[in-house]
Amino acid sequence: MKPVNEIFEILKKEFDSSIISSDDSCIITNPFMMDKIAWFLKKNEELSFDSLMCLSGVEEPKVKNSDKTDSLSVYYHLHSIKLKHKLTVKTIVPKSNPEVESVENIWKCAGWHEREAFDLLGIKFIHHPDMRRILLPDDWEGYPLRKDYKAPEFYNGMKVTD
Amino acid sequence: MALQTEEMVLNMGPQHPSTHGVLRLELILDGEVVVDVIPHLGYLHRCFEKHSESMTYPQVIPYTDRMDYLASMSNNLGYAIAVERMMNIEVPERVEYIRVIMAELQRIASHMVAVATNGLDIGAFTPFLYLFRDREKILSLFEMTCGARLLYNYIWIGGLSHDIHPDFLRLTKEFIEYYKPKIDEINDLLSFNKIFIERTANVGIIPLDSAISYGFTGPNLRASGLAFDLRREDPYSIYDRFDFDIPVGEGLQGTVGDSWDRYFVRILEMKESLKILEQAVDQVPDGNVKSAIPKRIKPPVGNIYSRTENPRGELGYFIISDGTLNPFRVKVRAPSFVSLSAMGELCKGHLVADVIAVLGSIDIVLGEVDR
Repeated sequence: MKPVNEIFEILKKEFDSSIISSDDSCIITNPFMMDKIAWFLKKNEELSFDSLMCLSGVEEPKVKNSDKTDSLSVYYHLHSIKLKHKLTVKTIVPKSNPEVESVENIWKCAGWHEREAFDLLGIKFIHHPDMRRILLPDDWEGYPLRKDYKAPEFYNGMKVTD
Repeated sequence: MALQTEEMVLNMGPQHPSTHGVLRLELILDGEVVVDVIPHLGYLHRCFEKHSESMTYPQVIPYTDRMDYLASMSNNLGYAIAVERMMNIEVPERVEYIRVIMAELQRIASHMVAVATNGLDIGAFTPFLYLFRDREKILSLFEMTCGARLLYNYIWIGGLSHDIHPDFLRLTKEFIEYYKPKIDEINDLLSFNKIFIERTANVGIIPLDSAISYGFTGPNLRASGLAFDLRREDPYSIYDRFDFDIPVGEGLQGTVGDSWDRYFVRILEMKESLKILEQAVDQVPDGNVKSAIPKRIKPPVGNIYSRTENPRGELGYFIISDGTLNPFRVKVRAPSFVSLSAMGELCKGHLVADVIAVLGSIDIVLGEVDR
């Protein structure tokens, strides 16, 4: 079992501080470096995060009286079956242009989770081999899990809302 | 001149008896050999995650029932534990024991369906009837507890919706004694049946490293040879008090991690669940099952990823609280969703008929895949 700050120390030796930071519960990374950090987390022998438990897209809660722009984020919950420790990695992207590097080639199960995050929140994963909607129809408009989402009145001539 | 050949696309589903729900598989074929399988989902999408955001925490529980509708108790349990962890709620001993009994009965009932339908898809009709007959007995136990046979809304945050019926423990004991020899009956009928072995052994093999990468958990991962069970690995409730083994795939009829292994691990797990039940029914203490249910369920600001061992694997709830009565975000890591994503890998190079055997062996529930 390694606490987050020890893992952060290992990461700091490898990556620049402009790319990663940490708070007490998780490590926050640059979205465009996500694949390289993920690769390191999996391959480093002290870390060996061989399994991705969950990948979730989230709309960041609004902070009162802050002029911060709206943003989305992706949470990666990692677990090392070999070393029995866990880690949460988070990456934050602006809502206007949400793009994150895909980790599909590092943990295969990320493929569908990323498609789900794209489907429901509109986060685009760069270099994903198959970036399509997964649960909703391909011609659905909008991203339902965004807080400002309004369900369309009609879908292909069918009434959606009562 | 060489004969011109080309790949053919065959559509399987969404209305197909062997897809365990409403799933459409696009099979890319070279003759009768599968080149790739592309699953198309979403036919059962009911916006669980969006709905949760507009409900209070306890109101989400009936919706969790409807995800993996063959293991509703386990879904309730996973959600209740996640919220209890956020709020630091200690539940009474009696509740813990009843929860374990319910979860293990549910595991047996769920594995019965898994085993039965896996056989049925391949053509074994009789074991299906036998298993469903026995599953009814478990459903009756649930019915006498909370009135529902499938969708229970029984395990609440901090407690249970009802105490158990005075006869429940006696009848559960009777069921344990009744069901023990029946597992051997299924082994004689199906597990070691020559035709069944021919259809499933060495079909859909997934080696361990690949299984981990694809996020396999639960029986599917254990069939690939790793004794990984969250009840041991990441203990929750009171599972650390019980003595049980973790069965793994050994490649008895073929290769480790083939469809037969995935099937047989479930048979062995039913025996282990019976073992846990035997220990638990004798120890249920007295107490009030509602004493720890909070009046207002309002977890502090923060997030949690909490996971439990469902019959189909790791069920994870990622819950973000913004300090109000409604969850800000609930994301469900559904084991069937993750297992299904490996279909292409599992079926490559096999024949069309094997797709059915493989799909049955990974045991998916579409209610949970689509949510």
